[in-house]
Amino acid sequence: MIEVKNINKAFHGNQILFDVSAKFETGQTNLIIGQSGHGKTVLLKSIVGLHQIDSGQIVYGDEVFSEIPFSEQKTIRKKIGMLFQGSALFDSQTVEENVRFPLDMFSNKSSEEKLDRVNFCLNRVNLENVNKLYPSEISGGMQKRVAIARAIALNPKYLFCDEPNSGLDPKTAIVIDNLIYEITKEYGITTIINTHDMNSVMGIGEKIIYIFEGKKLWEGNKDEILTATEQQLNDFVFASELFKRIKSFS
Amino acid sequence: MRFIFHFGQYVLFLNRVFSRPEKFSVFLKQVIKEAESLGIKSIGIVSIISVFMGAVITLQTAYNMDLAFIPKYTIGLAARESVLLEFSSTIVGLILAGKVGSNIASEIGSMRVTEQIDAIEIMGINSCSYLVLPKILGLVIMIPFITIISMGIGIMGGWIAGNISGEVLSADYIYGIRFAFNPFYIIYALIKSVVFAFLISSISAYQGYHVKGGSLEVGIASTRAVVVSSIQILLFNLLLTQLLLA
Repeated sequence: MIEVKNINKAFHGNQILFDVSAKFETGQTNLIIGQSGHGKTVLLKSIVGLHQIDSGQIVYGDEVFSEIPFSEQKTIRKKIGMLFQGSALFDSQTVEENVRFPLDMFSNKSSEEKLDRVNFCLNRVNLENVNKLYPSEISGGMQKRVAIARAIALNPKYLFCDEPNSGLDPKTAIVIDNLIYEITKEYGITTIINTHDMNSVMGIGEKIIYIFEGKKLWEGNKDEILTATEQQLNDFVFASELFKRIKSFS
Repeated sequence: MRFIFHFGQYVLFLNRVFSRPEKFSVFLKQVIKEAESLGIKSIGIVSIISVFMGAVITLQTAYNMDLAFIPKYTIGLAARESVLLEFSSTIVGLILAGKVGSNIASEIGSMRVTEQIDAIEIMGINSCSYLVLPKILGLVIMIPFITIISMGIGIMGGWIAGNISGEVLSADYIYGIRFAFNPFYIIYALIKSVVFAFLISSISAYQGYHVKGGSLEVGIASTRAVVVSSIQILLFNLLLTQLLLA
C-alpha cells in the first residue's frame, strides 16, 4: 500500500498541491483523475520522488519514502515501475535493449536469462518480433506496451502510469487499460494511474480520487462516481456529450 | 547573479556526475560507446579541416615571408608552430565545441523533455553519472589522439600545399618542421586539448540536462552549449598558455 499524508507542493511560490491525503491499495488500480493543470502529474511525480514535497509524508508499505535521502531510496525505487505519458523509451536503444535496461542495471542474471525475461515481458504485453526495432519504428500503442514491459521487467511492487492513454485511439486505449489491470491483478501490484479519460475511469477505476485545483475533492470507485453529488466532479465526469446522454437515460 | 547561480548549479551537477557508477560493466560499455560516438566519429571532420588549415597557414606564411633574407625553411617552421601551439588544440577544440557540444546538449536535452531522464531517475539510477560521465571520459580519452592526428595531417597539408604551389621546396619544408623542435609544445597542446574536452563535454551536458520546456528550448540549450563552451575554451586557452609557457 502507498499512503500520502497531508502533502503540499509549490513551485516558485505558486501552490500546486494543498494538503492532499490518500491511500492507494495493493492489488488494485488506483486512479487519480482531474482536469489538466489541476496537479495530477505533480502529485504522481511527488509520490515517486521526482518532485520534493514541501510538507507531509509519502509512505510505501511501512517506510516513509519522503524522508529517505535520494541515495538511500534505491531499495524502494527498484520496486517501482513507471509508464510515462510519452512512453519515455530510450531512442538510441532497440525495444529489446529498452526492456533489458533495468535488468542490466540491477540484476546479476546471465545474458540468456536476461533475454528470456525480456521475451517473457514482451510476450506478456502481446508484442512479438519487435526486439530489434527502435522506438521510432513502432506505433504509439506498441511504444506504450514496450514501456509497460520495461516497467514490469524487475517484478515491481508499485506501478505508476501517467496518462497511459494519451495520444491513443479508443480501442488501443482499452487494450492498454486492460493490460495494466491484468498485470496489477496477476502480480498483486499497487498501481496508481493518472488519467482524465472517462473510459479508463469506468473500465478499471477500482479506487478513484478526484483532484480539483490541487485539492482532493472526492474519493470512491467507478460505481459511486456516477451518483456523486459534488458539482465540480459532475462537471468533469459529464463534460462529454456521450456521458451527458448516459446520465439523461439513467 | 545569473553567472553565480549557474556556476553553483554546475558545481553541484559535477558533484553528481563524478559519483560511483551503478554498475561498472555497463559503465565501461558506455565509455567505449561514447569514445566512438564523440571521438572516432569526429576524426573525419577534424582531418578535413586540419589538412586545409595546414595548407592555408603554409601558403599565407609563404606569401608574407617572400623576402630574400628570410630562409624558405622558416615557412615549415612557422606552419609547425602554428599547428602545434594553436590550431590542433584550440581551433580543433572550437570545432569540437560546435560538433560534439551541440550533439551532447541536444541528446541530453531531448532525453530531458521526453522524460527519459525521469525514467532513469525513477529506477534509482543517478542519471548524471549514468549519462554524462561516460561522455566526459569518452571525449577526454579520445581527444589526445584526435589532436595528434590533427597535428600530423595539418603539417602534411602544409607540405602538400607548399609543393603543389611551388612556394616552398619539400626539402626546405621538412627541414623547417624539424628545426628547433621543442617536444614540450606537444605536451602543452595535449594538456590544453584534455582541458578543452572536459569543458566541452561537461558544459554541454549541463546545458542539456537543465533544459525545461520542449524542442525549442532544446535548440536554445544546444546553441548556448556551443557559445559557452567556445568562450570557456578561449578563456582557458589564455590561462593555460600563461601557466604552461610563461
